[in-house]
Amino acid sequence: MDFTYDSEQKALRDAVRGLLTKAYDSARRRDVVSDEPGFDSGVWAQLAEMGVLGLPFAEADGGMGAGPVEVGLVAEEIGRVLAPEPFVEAVVVAGGLVADLGTAEQKAAILAPLSDGTLIPVLAHTEPGGRWEPVARAVTAREDAGTWRLTGTKEPVAHGARADLLVVSAATPAGTGLFVVDPTVDGVTRTGYALHDGGRAAQVVLDGAVGTPLGAADVDRTGDLEVAQARAIIIRGQEAVGAMQVALDTTTAYLTTRKQFGVTLNKFQALTFRAADMYVSLELARSIASWALLVLDSGADPREAAARTGFQIGRAGHHIGQEAIQLHGGIAMTAEYSVGHYMSHLTALEHALGDRRFHLGRLAASVGDHGTVDPLA
Amino acid sequence: MRLQLSPEDAAFREEMRTFFTTQVPQGIRDAVAERRELSKEQIVEAQRVLNAAGLAVPHWPAEWGGKGWTQLQKHLWHEEMLQACVPPPLSFNTNMVGPVIATFGSDELKERFLAPTANLDIWWSQGFSEPDAGSDLASLRTSAVRDGDEWVVNGQKTWTTLGQYGDWIFCLVRTDPDAPKRQQGISFLLIDMTSPGVTVRPIELIDGGVEVNEVWFEDVRVPADQLVGEENKGWTYAKFLLGNERVGVAPVASTKRLLAQAKERAQEKLADGSTLLEDPLLAARFAELENEVLALELTALRVAANSAGDKPHPASSVLKLKGTELQQAVTEIVVDVAGPASLASGAPDGSDVPHWARVATPQYLNYRKASIYGGSNEVQRSIIASSILGL
Repeated sequence: MDFTYDSEQKALRDAVRGLLTKAYDSARRRDVVSDEPGFDSGVWAQLAEMGVLGLPFAEADGGMGAGPVEVGLVAEEIGRVLAPEPFVEAVVVAGGLVADLGTAEQKAAILAPLSDGTLIPVLAHTEPGGRWEPVARAVTAREDAGTWRLTGTKEPVAHGARADLLVVSAATPAGTGLFVVDPTVDGVTRTGYALHDGGRAAQVVLDGAVGTPLGAADVDRTGDLEVAQARAIIIRGQEAVGAMQVALDTTTAYLTTRKQFGVTLNKFQALTFRAADMYVSLELARSIASWALLVLDSGADPREAAARTGFQIGRAGHHIGQEAIQLHGGIAMTAEYSVGHYMSHLTALEHALGDRRFHLGRLAASVGDHGTVDPLA
Repeated sequence: MRLQLSPEDAAFREEMRTFFTTQVPQGIRDAVAERRELSKEQIVEAQRVLNAAGLAVPHWPAEWGGKGWTQLQKHLWHEEMLQACVPPPLSFNTNMVGPVIATFGSDELKERFLAPTANLDIWWSQGFSEPDAGSDLASLRTSAVRDGDEWVVNGQKTWTTLGQYGDWIFCLVRTDPDAPKRQQGISFLLIDMTSPGVTVRPIELIDGGVEVNEVWFEDVRVPADQLVGEENKGWTYAKFLLGNERVGVAPVASTKRLLAQAKERAQEKLADGSTLLEDPLLAARFAELENEVLALELTALRVAANSAGDKPHPASSVLKLKGTELQQAVTEIVVDVAGPASLASGAPDGSDVPHWARVATPQYLNYRKASIYGGSNEVQRSIIASSILGL
């Protein structure tokens, strides 16, 4: 049982932190997210140069062969500054699916250019009327004379307008399939827009667009999608921990400097007790998130650990985000000040991958299947 | 980062588990599992079994029975003990006065007290709180005035847990009423409770039990060599004592065990053939508590695995706060599961209402104490705010 980073991991963390804190202060981030594509292509290239975009992929596929712990610590650094680059979307989710399921040709065509920063793939899965199930209904795929064609609407698709390649889930006779779609082909219409937290998403309308099955055809990918989602929840847990830590730090710094009634705000116990409760929420969420990362690293089925993380992080994100704003007062309502954007992003993170009620529902459904939960078992 | 215990720690855990589940009398373990009140004899017997195997005071200095274990080993020892329903060694002896005497006491005091303290030949009571000195402990007024080779003690202590069994009591007393700071005039005194002038009076609590007492001192004469360490340094020793409770501050395993028990009961068939756990609201509450308990356990492991030497991991202050909240939440869900049967708290053995349901509400009421004792949870929030967050 060890929750500390080794020296190589520390070096990676320091390098990523150095890059991202230099790239983003609050004002610079606002500038970047107000312009298309919503992130800094220069920072993306630097991350590629550092090897970060190929971290989880095998060296044979052009990657670094690192594990979830390394990927997680990058996500934590991203969370600390709310870096808008699509690291999780491209590397963890879409890249992860290609690495899991792709043919040798697909891996060669996608993972190497993803790792060197020249190709951004994203997963198009969420559909209007859907929630967070690993199942596609509105988009269908049919094979005709050896060609698969996809029809239907995906929305919101994170970074869907900027993406160079889409991995699309679609209902097939065999269940939910996954297809690689070149977004520039006929039958793909993309309408991009900005999100409340500065992120980017798109409506992707498919009208007989040609796609290639990811890996073997005629296989139900529901379980694979669920595992990919679980992996993303666990990595995003690290991102949320980074964001919550900074939201708390920003709040405590403000309490010790802002004066009202002639004294700094930390003289008011009504405020300091609430900050103490934020710390408790953060540390409990960090414990679960770190454990889930180790479950993922062990190669065990990550789905239960992901549900536990999703619930705890979702709850802590609400608590810390809301209190960070309240303890600041009016200043935190302004777009110019940083802390409100942390709450906004934490809210977006939760709703991308299952909110706290969704995850609690999963846990409640299986609560009778075991006596106790033993993290060391 | 690594999830599994090292092979050595895993073997250690197994060794502890085997000992606790095979060497401590089953009758005592059953009583703990059924949440029955233990007799003094049962508590003493259990501690002597542990002490005979060298497992009562592993955190003491080696020459007095300590084992030199890592923080993680101490954590595993404590958790396996609770999970096996073994009553932990009496905290007043092993976590409080023992380490103070071992660290600050004279050689005479060590020789005289440490072995019988470890073996529970002496049952220690704690004399810290007073009617006007609760969270503000430094305002205590019980006085000790030097008269020749003796101290003469007058005053009143309160909330003395299990004082009815106490042979000796360790007290904070005011030895210098004129000290410039009130913390500087306090000493740490060991008092034989059979001394003339000591009176113990039980306090009945809201659960109907009498586990705490008031202790009165009227001109009690205490030999001067029973003052631990230096005169007027008692506050330092008290802070050491209170900071020494890191291991076992969050009784995760017993909370986990009680939660699993409650869940098992919620899966029993009701008269209409359904079970309570089929209620999605109750199932969600169980799932929520399980997750919180897991988060607490992992935090305790983080603290234990990553505490360097005597310096606690900053997250350790979370343990008391959240640990007691969850302890309370679990006693609460037991009442919810018992439902109308929880009203039968006065029913005798032989009632159709099972024992666990009869004690559910008294236990729930009793455990409101957990967020008050050992530094109330508001004191813990103050500590987090000032020493961790710098507020």
